[in-house]
Amino acid sequence: MEYIILIISTVFVNNIVLAQFLGICPFLGVSNRISTSVGMAAAVLFVMTLATIATWLVYTYLLLPLGIGFLQTISYILVIAALVQMVEIVMKKVSPALYQALGVYLPLITTNCTILGVAILVIQKDYNLVTSVIFAVGNAIGFGFTMILFSGIREQLELVGMPKGMKGVPIALVVAGLMALAFMGFAGMV
Amino acid sequence: MSNIKEFTKGFIKENPVFVLLLGMCPTLGTTTSAINGLGMGLATTFVLVASNVVISLIKNVIPDKVRIPAFIVVIASFVTIVDLLMSAYFNSPGPNGEPSLYDNLGIFIPLIVVNCIVLGRAEAFASKNKVFPSFLDGLGIGLGFAFALLILGTVRELLGSYSFFGYRLIKSDGILVFVLAPGAFIALGFIIALINNLRKTK
Amino acid sequence: MAKKESTFLSMTLTLFIVTFLASLALGVVYELTKGPKALAEGAKKNFAIKKVTPPFDNEPNAEAYRIPTADGTDSLTCYPAKKEGKLVGTAIESYTMKGFSGLIRVMVGIAPDGTIFNTSVLEQKETPGLGTKMTEPFFKDQFNGMKPGSQKLMVKKDGGEVDAITASTITSRAYCDALQRASDAYMKGGRHE
Repeated sequence: MEYIILIISTVFVNNIVLAQFLGICPFLGVSNRISTSVGMAAAVLFVMTLATIATWLVYTYLLLPLGIGFLQTISYILVIAALVQMVEIVMKKVSPALYQALGVYLPLITTNCTILGVAILVIQKDYNLVTSVIFAVGNAIGFGFTMILFSGIREQLELVGMPKGMKGVPIALVVAGLMALAFMGFAGMV
Repeated sequence: MSNIKEFTKGFIKENPVFVLLLGMCPTLGTTTSAINGLGMGLATTFVLVASNVVISLIKNVIPDKVRIPAFIVVIASFVTIVDLLMSAYFNSPGPNGEPSLYDNLGIFIPLIVVNCIVLGRAEAFASKNKVFPSFLDGLGIGLGFAFALLILGTVRELLGSYSFFGYRLIKSDGILVFVLAPGAFIALGFIIALINNLRKTK
Repeated sequence: MAKKESTFLSMTLTLFIVTFLASLALGVVYELTKGPKALAEGAKKNFAIKKVTPPFDNEPNAEAYRIPTADGTDSLTCYPAKKEGKLVGTAIESYTMKGFSGLIRVMVGIAPDGTIFNTSVLEQKETPGLGTKMTEPFFKDQFNGMKPGSQKLMVKKDGGEVDAITASTITSRAYCDALQRASDAYMKGGRHE
């Protein structure tokens, strides 16, 4: 039951993009087409879950016992970068079709603040491994869900006239703001 | 490009936030007030300058294939240094027990390491130029970033809390939405639109 | 600029050296900042304790102890404030998950006899302008002098004595929850002298 509440919280109430401000770069950069958004969302779900597990293990069994918690940032980013490289290589060999679909997004995910952000958050919130995974999955679903919704709106916006200065990113930001406003309505649900 | 131009390009022509549209996450997440935005901008500038300089120094001894991981280690180290320094020296509570600057910037300090601006400059400039130009490049772009954050932070603070750098201007609650998430998006959207207009009419 | 050849040896060696030097540098900075950081965190804590207890002359942080919550599912940290060796109040770091946006952390100062001396919010993410008003004297000061042991803290809407913040009943209830949690734990297992 607690886990269902956690998922509702991460997808709606504390939405990673609209409330926590993580993942804005890909959110704005990849969301002009629904198809690219779906690809990115899938890649994020995959990497975020694996990365959270890997970094949680590194922190709990390596950094903490040795008292070198201050190496968190360095070790995390190296783990994430290595993980993404490995995933790319494995994916190329095991499922070329999947690689065709997701491959190009994978390197972009290394510098995606959502991955590192979630990895740091689960330690801050003192979650155990299972809860961390659920938290990661929830956030990834929230990210994907929001981005796909957003890209749907953006595709429609391209067909509409608007002041020149607003075209592209500015109107996208205003739309994101309105979405964030709408999502605020979820507060208090959990 | 002359060295002066290296420095000033980061402010207007190639402003990372308003023109290049990079580094959005900390821009939206830390600009609830002018001082928070400025603090974040300066912390990022420190990392940008330090890593640009170090990377420019070691660019000739790093084998090509491990360029990116090596740069990342350098950047991550300076980010950690900033984090440690801030947790020690920028961590005092306000007069009424308000959170410290370190508390306010929170998770965005370690997230400097994935700020596309930092790795971007290292890869695009510092790895191909001498130390002094790299230093100026980092300083210029970093201060341009800080400048952008300061503007957004000021706008949000003025509209959202009717205050400026903590000084209450009007004794009333302000248009709350601007210190919340939606306001950040909307404010930034309008600012960029404004700047787009200004640039097009040049 | 000549690109250095990437042999396996040069790659691993370089990465190793870079990481090693980086870790060294970080270790140094870490040691240097450890002291000031602990001081800063301690100052923040003392600040919070000072706000909720009568004047004291000991080091509450140094004498901190933990007690289980009344339902045994968690534990809270207590900071005893003493003047001339005598306990004048205990600051308890309590919390509630029932805030409008989740977690609210409150420092509750309880006198040795169980009366609330003062309270102060440590951390919250409530709606600015509504729930955030819980930090204002008009709301939080009403709890001073109440004895949650004898009268359960509830908002008037629920039949209690507490005046809720207009349009922020959830936050008001959550605040009561945090204070009740501290009081129940203290009355059950806290030190009264």
